[in-house]
Amino acid sequence: MAAELHVELVAADRQVWSGEATLVVARTTSGDIGVMPGHQPLLGVLESGPVTIRTTDGGTVVAAVHGGFISFADNKLSLLAEIAELSDEIDVQRAERALERAQTEADRFAERRAEVRLRAAAAR
Amino acid sequence: MGAQLRVYKRRIRSVTATKKITKAMEMIAASRIVKAQRKVAASTPYAAELTRAVTAVATGSNTKHPLTTEVESPVRAAILLITSDRGLAGGYNSNAIKAAEQLTERLRGEGKEVDTYIVGRKGVAYYGFRERPVKDSWTGFTDEPSYADAKKIAGPLIEAIQQETADGGVDELHIVFTEFLSMLTQTPVDNRLLPLSLEKLEEGKEELAAKHEILPLFEFEPSAEDVLDALLPRYVESRIYNALLQSAASKHAATRRAMKSATDNAGELINTLSRLANAARQAEITQEISEIVGGAGALADATAGSDK
Repeated sequence: MAAELHVELVAADRQVWSGEATLVVARTTSGDIGVMPGHQPLLGVLESGPVTIRTTDGGTVVAAVHGGFISFADNKLSLLAEIAELSDEIDVQRAERALERAQTEADRFAERRAEVRLRAAAAR
Repeated sequence: MGAQLRVYKRRIRSVTATKKITKAMEMIAASRIVKAQRKVAASTPYAAELTRAVTAVATGSNTKHPLTTEVESPVRAAILLITSDRGLAGGYNSNAIKAAEQLTERLRGEGKEVDTYIVGRKGVAYYGFRERPVKDSWTGFTDEPSYADAKKIAGPLIEAIQQETADGGVDELHIVFTEFLSMLTQTPVDNRLLPLSLEKLEEGKEELAAKHEILPLFEFEPSAEDVLDALLPRYVESRIYNALLQSAASKHAATRRAMKSATDNAGELINTLSRLANAARQAEITQEISEIVGGAGALADATAGSDK
């Protein structure tokens, strides 16, 4: 059995990350799901949340993903997201400001987006 | 300087200034095509993956979904026409509008009502001038569309298609945009986005089969219906986004071509005018010479006469 799977993390307007990984953890609407090589073909709806990719060389890639899909077949995993950012692309101060603003405006979705960004940034 | 010559000189000056402007616009458009093309390319992986996923769900599950099933007798169709905000692009806008008109005619011929949605100021102006009803329109981003713009457009369209036809909803969604085939060729095309035509999906399936890529039986999380529910709006958005990007690239290419021929024409005009100016100058000189010669002759004749 192949010990690695190929991951493509694609946002609507660009390819964010692609490479080999041993484990991918993402949040679907029905809960967190971990995909390892040889998983059964899967197509799921993603929630806003951090996605953790454990790469073959032992590193970890964390990305904040907002809305999208996970699809896995033939040891190829695609994460499609409208917006996706790698943790080191996230501007923490901006996300914090966005969180504050969202809290004062009681914008639930914006608040959630900012929270996810901060969590992803904290995990790097 | 003679009056004629002065007029020519003035026209040459003005045409030269125009030529400089069109040349600059041509170069700006040329650089923008490359940028727009790069954006089309960057959005391709997402669109390809999404199409694959939609194909997988639509063919791999037996779920019926309003967005994939054809209505038996469709009564209303929506057309999304994509034009540009600015002109100076040759036939770009009028070709797209013409394609939309043809599609409207065809749909009306099939007995469907047509709701028109428009992107771009040129299309809005065309319909506004003719006082035709427009359901909704968006302007201000056609040169560099973002995904958020596509989302903004897709929202009302998806809402319309999910509504019951009796309440003003639509059964079909068509999109008219200008496909970017190459730097030299851009053609307006009309596509039916929804309901998904299964033939197209079949084609996609055959393509996959040809590549020895059999679509596996997917496990759906949380369920096939929910996945399809979430997937199809994204699919529509991504298709609209792609259409916007291609239209933008086509518009820049059309502008470049129009400005190139304007520059060429200006060059030709300058040549013709220079020739005319030269001829006028030459004629002036010839006239002056003949005046001098004639004057001198008359003088000589007069003095010769008085001597005798």
